[in-house]
Amino acid sequence: MLEIKNLHVKLEEEDKQILKGVDLTVEAGKVHAIMGPNGSGKSTLSYVLSGRDGYEVTEGSATLEGAELLEMEPEERAAAGLFLAFQYPVEIPGVGNMTFLRTALNAQRKARGEDEISAGDFLKLVREKAKMLKIDAEMLKRPVNVGFSGGEKKRNEILQMAMLEPRMCILDETDSGLDVDAMKLVADGVNALRDEGRAFLVITHYQRLLDHIKPDVVHIMADGRIVKTGGPELALEVERNGYADILAEMA
Amino acid sequence: MAAPLAKDSPRIAALALGPGFGAARKDAKERLERMGLPGRRDEYWRYTDPAALNVDDAPKASVYDPGDEAPLFDRVDRVRVVFVDGVFDAAASDDLAMAGVEIRRLADAPDLSWANGLYGTLEAAGQSPVARPFAALNTAAAGDGVLIRVTDRAAKPVHLIYVHKSEASDPILHHCVKVEPGAEMTLLESGPAGARFNKVLEIDVAEGGRFHHVRVQGRDHERRAVTHIFARVAAGALFKSFTLTANGVLTRNECVIDILGDDAVAHVAGAALGDGATGDFHHDDTVFVTHAAERCESRQVFKKVLKHGAVGVFQGKILVKPGAQKTDGYQISQSLLLDDDSQFLAKPELEIYADDVKCSHGSTTGAIDETALFYLRSRGVTREDAVALLVLSFLADAIDEIEDEGLKDEIVARLEAWLSRHRG
Repeated sequence: MLEIKNLHVKLEEEDKQILKGVDLTVEAGKVHAIMGPNGSGKSTLSYVLSGRDGYEVTEGSATLEGAELLEMEPEERAAAGLFLAFQYPVEIPGVGNMTFLRTALNAQRKARGEDEISAGDFLKLVREKAKMLKIDAEMLKRPVNVGFSGGEKKRNEILQMAMLEPRMCILDETDSGLDVDAMKLVADGVNALRDEGRAFLVITHYQRLLDHIKPDVVHIMADGRIVKTGGPELALEVERNGYADILAEMA
Repeated sequence: MAAPLAKDSPRIAALALGPGFGAARKDAKERLERMGLPGRRDEYWRYTDPAALNVDDAPKASVYDPGDEAPLFDRVDRVRVVFVDGVFDAAASDDLAMAGVEIRRLADAPDLSWANGLYGTLEAAGQSPVARPFAALNTAAAGDGVLIRVTDRAAKPVHLIYVHKSEASDPILHHCVKVEPGAEMTLLESGPAGARFNKVLEIDVAEGGRFHHVRVQGRDHERRAVTHIFARVAAGALFKSFTLTANGVLTRNECVIDILGDDAVAHVAGAALGDGATGDFHHDDTVFVTHAAERCESRQVFKKVLKHGAVGVFQGKILVKPGAQKTDGYQISQSLLLDDDSQFLAKPELEIYADDVKCSHGSTTGAIDETALFYLRSRGVTREDAVALLVLSFLADAIDEIEDEGLKDEIVARLEAWLSRHRG
């Protein structure tokens, strides 16, 4: 599904190397988690994959089902099936959540040469998906993320994911700022989307999210590289001993 | 062009008075003779060159072709009053009879007693402390207009439609609206009216009356307009005005609101879009709100979207007179610059002589928020569509000043159409 090879990335504005040779393959149907200390490059990886400005790829490649991601515009990556759930979802006053969802869905369908979804089908779909995430009609009508609590914002991200049905989902610290109940709701939403044709890359500091979204593979990232890869037990090891032990072991 | 026009300008001397309202027109001409027409050296015209408004003959403006676009407010049940190049067109207009609302053509009804007390009166009062010569010129010379008296809740809006047909037309229209106590109406205006349009709208809202105004100015790229709203708002009354401007080489919209009774509300808002790639664009909102009573609320919300060398101007003032306690005054002017070529000039002012008031003002200039743009694009929305959504987002506060959802939808549809024609 997603194949990252020897990815080197520096900041555009300053001569600072953030990713120093990331190699990662995520297979269809699998959930991979990336853990790592602050500043290890986890969020940068998610931004570079989704096409945010401000980064320069100096070496390496990233492909989604064989297509070179790094040459595409952000909207082309989305249409190709990539989705990033933001750590800090953006507020857009004056644009209704429903308008936003329909615009995004139709834009992707158009890019793939499909017909626009009818108003009736859209309403049915959004109601069904929203119900599962306990997002009420009022929240759907409000402007995108404006006045939403932290938990509501993250649920709204998962709602977008459920509506857009991407094949490769990246969750960037989706657990940050969530209480246990909200985290469970978000995790249930993600788990409902798990299927053989879809892959997940879950970026997190803490093991607790991985209690709810069970990963197949866990990677530890440090200083711009994947330094260790293992099974779910690796996350538990981090939880028990912190990153220091693992990093010391690597040194 | 000979800038500051002398008081003895040949244009003023040659000015012919319009029909009826003899005393008011004569007074207005005398006011104009004392003031003279404005020049660049006038502080109030510092950011907008009045030269094209001063010259004897209107500079030509070609007529905009809307193609197969549906006419504005077409889905709204309304009474249409049509002016072609500034002349009332009875055949194109609806039957003006409506319960609770008296609509008379200015040129036909000069002796209406209620109108005699209004025509030119608010304009004259609005000449202090700042001179507004084009409004005095209008009162003296206006050739046509409507006189509207509202005695009940109007069943439907009155829609003034200004058709531009002749490339050199130079219409001067003057309207008076009197909203009697407890009465309510919505006034709609649309169209360019002519190559150079001078319009005055005087509105007197009596105790507990409610007046709603939604205006869309013509999109003819070369048209020029100088317009004035003079409103007098009595106790417990409500005044709300919204203007959408897209295109036009020169627009100066002045709005003068006197809040004279306690517990009154006055909101004035504007959304302007200018794209220098399809013709020069200079848009000036000049607003003066006076609070002279207690516990009143005023809001000024002005937003401009500018690109390719377009220029936006905002001069807005809130004056709180002695004794106007518990005033709640708010003013915001913002521009969204879509490139590095455009400019926004803002002069926000507060002048407060009461000690228990809440007044705030703000003015900002900014570009499209890159984080929001990326967020939308990451969901598959193309860059151009994302910019259009963010422009609508930026304008939302101004559009939200329109209370009626149907009218709001008409304005948003017009905005979306403009945005889709001005991509990139």
